Amino acid sequence: MTRIYKHRLFWPVVALLALLLACTIKRPDILGISVLDGHLFGAPIDILRNSSPLLLVSLGMTLVIATRGIDLSVGAIVAISGAVALTFIASSSNPGSVGTAIGAIVVALGLCVILGAFNGLLVANFGIQPIVATLILMTAGRGVAMLITNGQITTVNSAPFSKLASGFVLGLPVAALIAYGVFAVVALVVRRTALGMLLEAVGINPEASRLAGVKSKTLVFTVYVLCGLLSGLAGLIFAANTMAADANNAGLFIELDAILAVVIGGTSLAGGKFNLAGTMIGVLIITTLTLAVTVLGISPLVTSLFKAIVVIAVTLMMSTRLRAMFGSLRDRRRYQEVGA
Amino acid sequence: MKRKTFLRAGLATLSIAAMAAMSACSGGDSGGGEAGGSGSETIALGFSQVGAESGWRAANTKDIQDTLTEENGFKLSFSDAQQKQENQIQALRSYIAQGVDVLAFSPVVETGWDAVLQEAKSANIPVILTDRAVDTTDDSLFASFIGSDFVAEGQRAGDWVVENLGKDLKVVELQGTTGSAPAIDRKEGFGKAIEGTDIDIIDSQTGDFTRAGGKQVMEGFLNSHDDIDLVFAHNDDMGLGAIEAIEAAGKKPGKDIKIVTIDAVKDGMQALVDGKINYIVECNPLLGEDLAEIAKKVVAGEAVEKRIVVEDAAFTQEEAAKVLADRTY
Repeated sequence: MTRIYKHRLFWPVVALLALLLACTIKRPDILGISVLDGHLFGAPIDILRNSSPLLLVSLGMTLVIATRGIDLSVGAIVAISGAVALTFIASSSNPGSVGTAIGAIVVALGLCVILGAFNGLLVANFGIQPIVATLILMTAGRGVAMLITNGQITTVNSAPFSKLASGFVLGLPVAALIAYGVFAVVALVVRRTALGMLLEAVGINPEASRLAGVKSKTLVFTVYVLCGLLSGLAGLIFAANTMAADANNAGLFIELDAILAVVIGGTSLAGGKFNLAGTMIGVLIITTLTLAVTVLGISPLVTSLFKAIVVIAVTLMMSTRLRAMFGSLRDRRRYQEVGA
Repeated sequence: MKRKTFLRAGLATLSIAAMAAMSACSGGDSGGGEAGGSGSETIALGFSQVGAESGWRAANTKDIQDTLTEENGFKLSFSDAQQKQENQIQALRSYIAQGVDVLAFSPVVETGWDAVLQEAKSANIPVILTDRAVDTTDDSLFASFIGSDFVAEGQRAGDWVVENLGKDLKVVELQGTTGSAPAIDRKEGFGKAIEGTDIDIIDSQTGDFTRAGGKQVMEGFLNSHDDIDLVFAHNDDMGLGAIEAIEAAGKKPGKDIKIVTIDAVKDGMQALVDGKINYIVECNPLLGEDLAEIAKKVVAGEAVEKRIVVEDAAFTQEEAAKVLADRTY
């Protein structure tokens, strides 16, 4: 029992369950899943689907943070990716065809790899501090997205492309299958090979790991490229969700949500050890929080406050120092009882 | 337009190269405006736009840029504040420093403008507000406010619902950005119209005027209520997001769940014609002409009206089908 209690994901999981419980108390049938037009439908499915973009971005962010870095440009890359894909579809002669949709996806992801490589180059090769290096794309990137869409919200009709967000395969949403599938693949590759350990080594001590023969430059460069690619994929799902490329609002503040998910998941911002399962729990908490606001009928005026309180509660519960303090209080009480 | 894009591209590249932490767009075109001598024929006008958050705003921007041209006697300096008040204040200060003849802007929020407006007044530069008002005790700080009456828009939407959709209705409301004038006023107007009827707003939540926001909030509503009759969205974009959520839930927007919105941008009108939205109250974004007229008058020293209400229309599905082809936005 105490071992479960001491597990570092204990409190995040409790927070997630508490949120779901609060929703269930307010609406007893909220977690029900029904079958509709041959696919599953219900709040849990919505949570899975809506968490997809954030999960992809947070996955990239976790790996970047593990190498002692940070990527602030993910939101801008989300916006650019959507803008490029939809502009590509809008300008093609046959917007509805599968070929156009695939072309748009390839072009957008290709550009996002280049953007990720730009970040990687600055951080790994030129040794610029990650927060500064990625700040460049964070601020300039939205301008680039605005350029691509010409300041307008580009909307298109393309049935194949919209499947990315609203389609279903085997009764499950395509967006969730992509995001959780990619997550599983990356987790397997990182954890079943030495790659994860090497990343942690770079994060804990870059110089020592270099001297030990770890190709730290290549590793750091690669995680930024991967982060760019994953953000681009998230951007495609985001754009397909409403079939509109909104350069201003797509992925706005998603970098903060992603960093939050990583931290809730127990990965230290100081780099080193990382926890992918924790990141996933963090993403689910953040997505459920948004649903909870609607279900619990929390006034828009206090929405931010409500979210902040939940986040503070989770991070405080996870703080080792605070838990040690409570622990010693309990111990002292026990001594007093024995003494009396 | 071409030249503008080029300029923006130049700025964007420059900011990457120089690692300037300043955004390409808030840099805008403010550098292009030399102090237009007030003695010359052309009027130098500095305009600070809220951002490009919706289709409506894009149409509004385009109209202002297309109307205040050099052929019409204007030298327009335009900047995009990306929904941040500090960007707007910065833009206004730089226009004042450049010595423009007239300042115009759509305030992001209602409060906090007194200081910068006082500076404009001290520099003898008249200020025209477009689309959104400011909350100030000193009316002399601005010359005129051109824009729609948001309360009337909300009320008009509510009146149509009361007259056409019967009495006993359960309504969910998709609010605009919390604290913004259109969100506050449209909510108030709609509430006034349905007062005393059996029409109830059973839930209300902000969708931030965006499609993604509207879709996500609507999904939450659909999961927590089985008996929604009507969606009242504070703008078209949120309504369009709601349509997707309703369709995903296996219901027919416009039939099973009726939708009433405000704005009448192109995508919204198309959905209205397609029968997915039931009624749209227009919020006219074509303020350019009024702005040009008022700007000329204040520069010439003529008296202008303090409040100019822009004419708004409203459309049912049949009416929309007739006018859709001729709409410019």
